[in-house]
Amino acid sequence: MSNFNRRDFLKLSGGAVAAASSMSFSSFAIGGASKKVVIVGGGIGGATAAKYIRMADASIEVTVIEPNANYHTCFMSNEVIGGERTIDSIRFGYKGLQAHGVNVVQDSVTAIDAAARTVKTAGGKSFAYDRCIVSPGVDFRWDTIEGYDETVAETIPHAWKAGSQTVTLRKQLEAMKDGGTVCIAPPPNPFRCPPGPYERASLIANYLKHHKPKSKLIILDPKPKFSKMGLFTAGWEKYYGFKSDNALIEWHGTPEGSKDNVLQSLDAKSRTVKTEFNEVTADVLNVIPAQKAGKIAFAAGLTNDSGWCPVDLKTFESTIHKNIHVIGDAAIQAPMPKSGYAANSQAKVCAVAVVSLLNEMAMPQPSYVNTCYSIIAPGDGISVAAVYRYNNETGKIEGVKGAGGLTPGYDKSTMEMRAREEQYAHSWFKNITHDVFG
Amino acid sequence: MNYKRRLQGIMIAGSVALAGPVFAETPSAAMLGNTCAGCHGTHGNSQGPATPTIAGVSSEYFIDAMMGYKNGDRAATIMDRIAKGYTDEEIKLMAEFFSTQKMERPEQKVDAALAKKGMKMHEKYCEKCHADGGRSTEDDAGMLAGQWTPYLHFTMSDFMSGKREMPKKMKKKVEELQAKGGDAAIEALIHYYGSQK
Ligand SMILES: Cc1cc2nc3c(=O)[nH]c(=O)nc-3n(C[C@H](O)[C@H](O)[C@H](O)COP(=O)(O)OP(=O)(O)OC[C@H]3O[C@@H](n4cnc5c(N)ncnc54)[C@H](O)[C@@H]3O)c2cc1C
Ligand code: HEC
Ligand code: HEC
Repeated sequence: MSNFNRRDFLKLSGGAVAAASSMSFSSFAIGGASKKVVIVGGGIGGATAAKYIRMADASIEVTVIEPNANYHTCFMSNEVIGGERTIDSIRFGYKGLQAHGVNVVQDSVTAIDAAARTVKTAGGKSFAYDRCIVSPGVDFRWDTIEGYDETVAETIPHAWKAGSQTVTLRKQLEAMKDGGTVCIAPPPNPFRCPPGPYERASLIANYLKHHKPKSKLIILDPKPKFSKMGLFTAGWEKYYGFKSDNALIEWHGTPEGSKDNVLQSLDAKSRTVKTEFNEVTADVLNVIPAQKAGKIAFAAGLTNDSGWCPVDLKTFESTIHKNIHVIGDAAIQAPMPKSGYAANSQAKVCAVAVVSLLNEMAMPQPSYVNTCYSIIAPGDGISVAAVYRYNNETGKIEGVKGAGGLTPGYDKSTMEMRAREEQYAHSWFKNITHDVFG
Repeated sequence: MNYKRRLQGIMIAGSVALAGPVFAETPSAAMLGNTCAGCHGTHGNSQGPATPTIAGVSSEYFIDAMMGYKNGDRAATIMDRIAKGYTDEEIKLMAEFFSTQKMERPEQKVDAALAKKGMKMHEKYCEKCHADGGRSTEDDAGMLAGQWTPYLHFTMSDFMSGKREMPKKMKKKVEELQAKGGDAAIEALIHYYGSQK
């Protein structure tokens, strides 16, 4: 796999200019001690960064600290909830990273000392770094819905981090009687995976349609619109009677500036949620709370007032603490969405930045891509894609004009193309997980 | 070239000891190529089941394919939207990146008897341009041996329906084959390519 040696990387990453400047490198020849990178979180961003740093420069010591022995991908977890695949098929271990020479430590980071350049863990260990990469994903704003907290979430799952809650939600759907009510409450912006709640709604509706057709799925949304809305609602009309008298899916949105369907409170016992406009008692309730950067980002002082981490979008170095980079969902990375593809793409830009900085060499201009596939029903896949560049003048990431965009609607495409997109979505899953963990 | 850029150029060329990050003016081939891995696999070796492997493709074929997507001449579910994001220069850089990767040919489920039939047809109708059992990347004809079979199905169906234009001489051969063996012959060929290691 690692058919790149350091020389190639220098040549490839910086083009001719970097190759020229690499002639005068001294950090490897003198020094002696190898450079150390510590990565907090072995999720999509963290694992990708670890692998790509090692592929680029195997002289760098890379340690990933991650509390779980296995990672469950959020992507395709909606297919587990809909009954289309098993939880085992979205579980990945760390043998692949270890084969790249990454040191994987099963522990949880409790503090990062930016001045001393050390990371401390719950297990009482301390790790020194030259550069630290933080990719902890999201945490939830538990204070936004009265009656909903981490304990309640064990029985009324958000399932917005894949694993045991994914299985709980699936089991609850299986146990529900025909004629039952399922309620999904998506979060307000910004949140992890913008099309995710609506793909989940589609795949639950697909399950109900075939197994419990008298049931209903109600979405109480705090937003006026959502990602890929036109494509999803057209699909819901096609498969799930959306907008008809016999609708399997109902969507209740919230106009800009009002609070119509913003969740106010939840009664766990009766599984009832209240908004200003609606009160729904459900048999299966899936509440996805508002989000912020993962806990450790707050503990390390990497967040600003928004609850997310400001970074230099070319290197992903924190604008608050030097030598610490933040990637993935936790970073402020707009206009890129908080997605797995984005985290994977940012991790590679960050890996090049870290390797360049540690070797005191020039970094090439970044290039980023995002794609999110969603499945509306078996045989019907859709996607959104974008190619991004860094603007040197503004310091911002920009989508390349004229590129990217959505799958065409049913009127401008064929079901054969939609079926292909479903197969390509499954291929994307295999390729990205192999790129991250393989 | 503005002043700031010129200064950066000088700093890099002069290889001054660098205090902070210094940037080249363009993305490198690897920087660009690594963004495709989420869909095409690390270094372009797809884990399947459908997205094509692009590792080891000839640079000429790669550029043709990307320009076809970019200009809207080639049928696509998503590559048309992606290819429009790159300049012609960047496409050339990526061609260099992917054409120098080694293609890995995966284990695929194929029917051995069909594959054997396909081999005979390949020799008769296709080998002339897709040399070495569809393995050769020396021409501009793309890689067939070891390519993912669902992708080959999609592609052949686009060729047959006219959604993707066939080179004239290839069209002639495919029509001859079709007249003789119908869709079953195409199926056999795909099993043959899928069986190649
Ligand atoms: C239902 C659903 C569907 C989705 N579908 C898609 C999709 O189709 N396509 C797509 O691109 N994206 C999708 N996503 C989004 C994607 O999963 C995330 O954007 C992606 O995982 C973000 O990567 P990350 O590295 O930021 O965080 P994560 O992948 O969540 O990784 C964070 C890791 O850090 C660890 N961690 C946290 N705190 C600490 C600590 N203190 N010490 C050590 N380790 C710590 C965690 O255990 C975790 O392993 C989906 C998400 C959901 C919920
Ligand atoms: C979202 C997934 C996705 C991304 C990202 C992606 N591709 Fe593709 N690629 C595909 C699919 C799917 C096809 C098949 C054509 C189609 O349906 O669009 C394809 C086809 C191709 C082909 C034609 C292969 C052949 O044998 O003719 C080339 C070349 C290619 N892609 C190059 C790239 C490059 C270079 C990048 C990165 C800049 C890239 N792709 C990014 C999904 C993707
Ligand atoms: C006269 C030369 C010639 C012959 C004969 C020929 N091909 Fe091709 N083939 C080409 C060229 C050139 C291309 C690239 C076309 C393009 O860029 O669109 C190609 C492309 C293809 C592709 C697309 C590859 C991809 O990755 O998308 C397939 C599949 C294919 N040929 C199959 C066949 C089969 C099957 C036969 C025999 C029945 C055949 N060809 C005979 C020249 C030929």
